[in-house]
Amino acid sequence: MLAIKLAFKNLLGAGLRTWLNVSVLSFAFVIIVFYNGMIDGWNRQSRIDVKDWETGAGQFWLPGYDRFDPYTIQDSHAPMSDEILSEVDKKELLPILMVQATAYPQGRLQGVILKGVDPGQTILKLPTDRLIPSDNVDYAIIGERMAEASKIGVGDNLLIRWRDKNGTFDAREVQIASVFKCDVPTADKGQIYLRLDVLQNMMGLENEATILVAGNDFKMRNLGKWEFKSNNFLLADIDKIIQAKKAGGSIMEGLLLIIALIAIFDTQVLSIFRRQKEIGTYIALGMTRPQVVGIFTVEGGAHSILATILGAAYGIPLLLLIDKVGIPMKAATATDLPIAEKIFPYYSLGLIIITVAMVVLSATIVSYLPARKISKMKPTDALKGKLS
Amino acid sequence: MENSSIIKIKDLVKRFPVGKTEFTALKGIVADFGTGEFAGLVGPSGSGKTTLLNIIGSLDYPSEGEVTVLGKSVSSLSHKQSAFLRNHHIGFIFQTYNLLPVYTVFENVEFALLLQNLTGQQRRKAVMDALEWVGLTDKIKSKPAMLSGGECQRVAIARSMVKRPEIVLADEPTANLDSANSHHILQTMKKLNGELGTTFIFATHDEKVMKYLDRIISLRDGKIEKDVITGDLKNKNHVSN
Repeated sequence: MLAIKLAFKNLLGAGLRTWLNVSVLSFAFVIIVFYNGMIDGWNRQSRIDVKDWETGAGQFWLPGYDRFDPYTIQDSHAPMSDEILSEVDKKELLPILMVQATAYPQGRLQGVILKGVDPGQTILKLPTDRLIPSDNVDYAIIGERMAEASKIGVGDNLLIRWRDKNGTFDAREVQIASVFKCDVPTADKGQIYLRLDVLQNMMGLENEATILVAGNDFKMRNLGKWEFKSNNFLLADIDKIIQAKKAGGSIMEGLLLIIALIAIFDTQVLSIFRRQKEIGTYIALGMTRPQVVGIFTVEGGAHSILATILGAAYGIPLLLLIDKVGIPMKAATATDLPIAEKIFPYYSLGLIIITVAMVVLSATIVSYLPARKISKMKPTDALKGKLS
Repeated sequence: MENSSIIKIKDLVKRFPVGKTEFTALKGIVADFGTGEFAGLVGPSGSGKTTLLNIIGSLDYPSEGEVTVLGKSVSSLSHKQSAFLRNHHIGFIFQTYNLLPVYTVFENVEFALLLQNLTGQQRRKAVMDALEWVGLTDKIKSKPAMLSGGECQRVAIARSMVKRPEIVLADEPTANLDSANSHHILQTMKKLNGELGTTFIFATHDEKVMKYLDRIISLRDGKIEKDVITGDLKNKNHVSN
């Protein structure tokens, strides 16, 4: 307690030198919280978006289906049992039939995946209600990325060609009923959504589907040969990308922290040399060497406490403002990562506690290292300021 | 005033390494100091005054011989025990005052008491008493930078006396002071010596100080040249070798 009291007294008494160190450390502290908040915000946002637009509460796959291998799609379809159809009727399961196809936007050739979905589904955010039934025209919906890449828009006709279940090529024109905006590229790029019954008819695969997307209220159970894939599995790649981003960011954070810690280390080394008489006086007045080492260590560590307070003073309003307005991500549509146009950081209590603990601990360690020299000082030399 | 021996020095030798050789700063010192003495170690620079003072204050250790302070051999004390001895029984006064610059006068004087388990009220009373002895009760909120040299040394005296130690060791306390201030602080110390029975041992070559001393031990080249009883001590039952 005495060490803390004396350390803060000395620290505040040192004036500008203290506040320069504290400012640098507080800046590192705020940047670390901000950057990790951004990554966590992106993580949360992307997980929510992917669930909303693509994976729901999980998916049932047929054996052999691999979402990253288009060649597996052609053979991955199976009839839906009565049990599954009953769940589909209750909007607990969403069957999606997938077909590899070729689109010809403005005469060009483009590989696409046709996805047949139930227009009345409520599990995904896809605006499938726009897939209205019509005898004259087959409607399709596409995402903004697909629309931009194909240079097509609402009302345009698009020629598509596919092979049916017998391997026979067929072609037909579909009309774009809606262009939706979503932050999940894999639900958008190269994807054309049609009515399930239309695609089943086109393929000659009545009552069949490639995957089943589970709704939040779906009661998990065995559905025969359909294998359940949880969101942990389905989002594993996003998690890996985010972890990689986090690791990359930690290098920048580490550098910032190291700059601040070097400043504290330098200050402490300088302090110990400049304040030899003071150290000698402490010992002459009856302090033990560990007590003096404690004062200097706590003094260095206290930089981090002051940095936390200073960082909170300007960091909290700043980070709250960013949390409110978000950070625009202009390149969001140009990447395959699920990034929203604006990322809203997420500052968890855990993040704050871990950051504070990391800053305090590292500042204390770098303060202890030079302070150890005190324990080797002869008090008589310290009183004379004779140490080199 | 009692005159029992509180410091016993027997065949004290102190050597310091100088490169690959050794320099002998103290050579076979033998002396005792009694309670309430107002004694001085005098001699030219390098005669061993400060070294002897440091060993008595357990800031340094003998190379040979034995120094016993308040019944405890300095050589056998652990760091913790010697810190306890300094904190409870020995006060120090330095030539350059050694006040802690970021603390106020009150806090500087209070510092030694913070290491003892005293209540805030007990500390405050002790500090105010000490500042009253040196006439600085009106400066309690001042910082050392705002004080004159004489005032700084008076704060240092208050700091050394606040815990009411048996021994005060003063190393060249008047070296940085003008004549008037020197007399003022010496009178203050003499008064405290008389009132509280504290043993004062000075290391000095200032003639103004010598006039106040009851006993003058002259050192030269690490040896006691003379040990002269003067003034009041002549009338006391002086403990000496």
